[in-house]
Amino acid sequence: MKRETIIQNIKIRSGGDLLDFQDKSKNRIYFTINKTILLQIAKYLFNDAKARFSTASGVDTRKTIEILYHFAVDDIGLFISLRVILEKPSLEIESLLPLFKCAEWIEMEMHEMLGVNFKGHENPKHLLLKDDWPKENYPLRRDT
Amino acid sequence: MSRKIIPIGPYHPLQEEPEFFKLHVDGETVVDIDIELGYNHRLVEKISESKNFDQVAFMVERICGICSTSHPFAYVNAIDDLLGVKPPERALYIRTAIGELERIHSHLLWLGLAGHFLGYNTVWMWAWRYREPVLDIFERITGNRQNYGMMKPGGARRDIFEEDFPWIKKTLKELIPKLDMFKGAIMDDPVIRMRTEGVGVLTKEDARDYGLVGPTARASGVNIDIRRDDPYAAYDKVEWQVCTHEGGDVFSKAVVRILELYQSINIVIQCLDKMPKGPIDSGIKDIPPGEGIGRHEAPRGEVVHYIMADGGNSPARHKIRAPSFMNVASNKKAVIGETISDATIILAAVDPCYCCTERMAVVDYKTGKKMMDGQDLIRLSQEKTEKIKNKLGR
Amino acid sequence: MNFKLKALTKSIWVYHMSTGSCNNCDIEIIDMLTPRFDAERFGITLVGSVRHADAIPVTGSLNLKAVPRIKQVYEQAAKPCVVIAIGTCSCGQGIFKNGPNCPNPVDSLLPVDIYIPGCPPKPEAMIAGIMKLIEKLKGNITIPTA
Repeated sequence: MKRETIIQNIKIRSGGDLLDFQDKSKNRIYFTINKTILLQIAKYLFNDAKARFSTASGVDTRKTIEILYHFAVDDIGLFISLRVILEKPSLEIESLLPLFKCAEWIEMEMHEMLGVNFKGHENPKHLLLKDDWPKENYPLRRDT
Repeated sequence: MSRKIIPIGPYHPLQEEPEFFKLHVDGETVVDIDIELGYNHRLVEKISESKNFDQVAFMVERICGICSTSHPFAYVNAIDDLLGVKPPERALYIRTAIGELERIHSHLLWLGLAGHFLGYNTVWMWAWRYREPVLDIFERITGNRQNYGMMKPGGARRDIFEEDFPWIKKTLKELIPKLDMFKGAIMDDPVIRMRTEGVGVLTKEDARDYGLVGPTARASGVNIDIRRDDPYAAYDKVEWQVCTHEGGDVFSKAVVRILELYQSINIVIQCLDKMPKGPIDSGIKDIPPGEGIGRHEAPRGEVVHYIMADGGNSPARHKIRAPSFMNVASNKKAVIGETISDATIILAAVDPCYCCTERMAVVDYKTGKKMMDGQDLIRLSQEKTEKIKNKLGR
Repeated sequence: MNFKLKALTKSIWVYHMSTGSCNNCDIEIIDMLTPRFDAERFGITLVGSVRHADAIPVTGSLNLKAVPRIKQVYEQAAKPCVVIAIGTCSCGQGIFKNGPNCPNPVDSLLPVDIYIPGCPPKPEAMIAGIMKLIEKLKGNITIPTA
């Protein structure tokens, strides 16, 4: 699939929920989307555009928490980042686990590092930190 | 048959991301696996926010010792992406050469340990012996056997001297006959084939579902390689091929790694031949606010670094994703339905951990009494090889 | 020198323990046993269980999750058993000193007998360190105290 086709399709599918689009370089593009359509766009990227889910980065920007979902379309070398902005303190977002299994660990990691809750992904266990790590103490938060 | 749990771990020293596996076994067959992480977690992403941009390159080097140039490589790619600059030509060739030398030593290391698990200790000793010349090259050009400190945002920290070129090339060319020997030993030996073929199969669909990267994905017939798909450094200026294999089993993973060794030697020699003269550093002063993503094909697969800068002296956010984070999860799929004696080699096949098996123990589920320890499990694996050997009359 | 200590100085068997390291020291420990360095000619060999070990080389920066495990492993070791801190991380936490997940140095938990610094120390340095340890146990070397 061509680069332009993917960009066009995401723009059409997201409609008014596309908040921002950044064409940074030949291989790096960033979309900022509303969190309501995340599942739909991720489904399109994974199933139709044959993108590979690479990882997700959670960033605390003090007032909000941004999550960037990184997808790689390997045959054209494109790296697509979907940015979703969550307003504090309601940090809840759809889990991508129903679409692909590789979302499991990264969502657990974001949950324990930043305190984001993933709907449809209930796993109270810690992934990286010790089991008796203090509750509500998220190491990568910047407001504490 | 009663169900039993085999804990493997928790800390296995030889890998970048240590896990604690709990194998649920029913008789001889593995029916389920739990994977627990965190015994090696050092919150590097947090520490990174307190270091300046130059120091971070050293710090990420110490995430993993085996692929100790992969993380700095991805990090400097991220900074270059953030700034939109291209480092001087010579620096790109130096980075490529270091990255590929590392792949050679890492794959040889894996090969040796895979041999150990299958009961071929000679393969272990030989592979590690022939790995030493590669470390000698590192010592000569970087000053250290591991942790090279060669990457720097906007360039390379140290030059490779022209007078070392003939010696490096000679040392690498001497390695090729040794690799031929390993290739023959693994491809033609019926015992190794019987132990590894059809064991721990991951299909193309599994590869997509689990987001596999690197040799683990390429062994399942997924044709991906960041070096070709998203060219960086000097990879688009040298001739080389991506090695894939269709089987998806342990054997395919070994074959892919051995074939990659030849490509890596080829790339290093080409880099030395084509390296232009000139500066090695572009002298970056300030990092403006912005974000950048750097990728690198480490020996185990794609490394992703995401850097967010706020105009200050250190990263505002530094997200690191190592290849094993994706590959290790696939053990859930690969190991189920196999026997315990094959579990060691399957868990080792994605190249996450090798020493872990020395800390394995079989515990009776009900009484919690220890029945076997790590050496018994390796012994089990080695006995199976012995049995096949006898059957074949070798 | 008592009998147990005398026996300890012959053919030291090591059980290698990582407390959250980057593998570099761990690879070099294994490297020490392979043909180039061949520590087995001094009787040094890796064992799979801590119960058989005479010495425990410790690497890494003591991760919080690993602390109870390490305590347990050390308690299982047959005494006398010497602890060797290998690498900058286990000697003095190194670059992870300010890390929230590894706040304690290794020697706050285990009684370290000898420190081999380096990032990572070369296998030659490790062999030299273990030889010095043997001399120390025999009482041939006196360690200056502060």
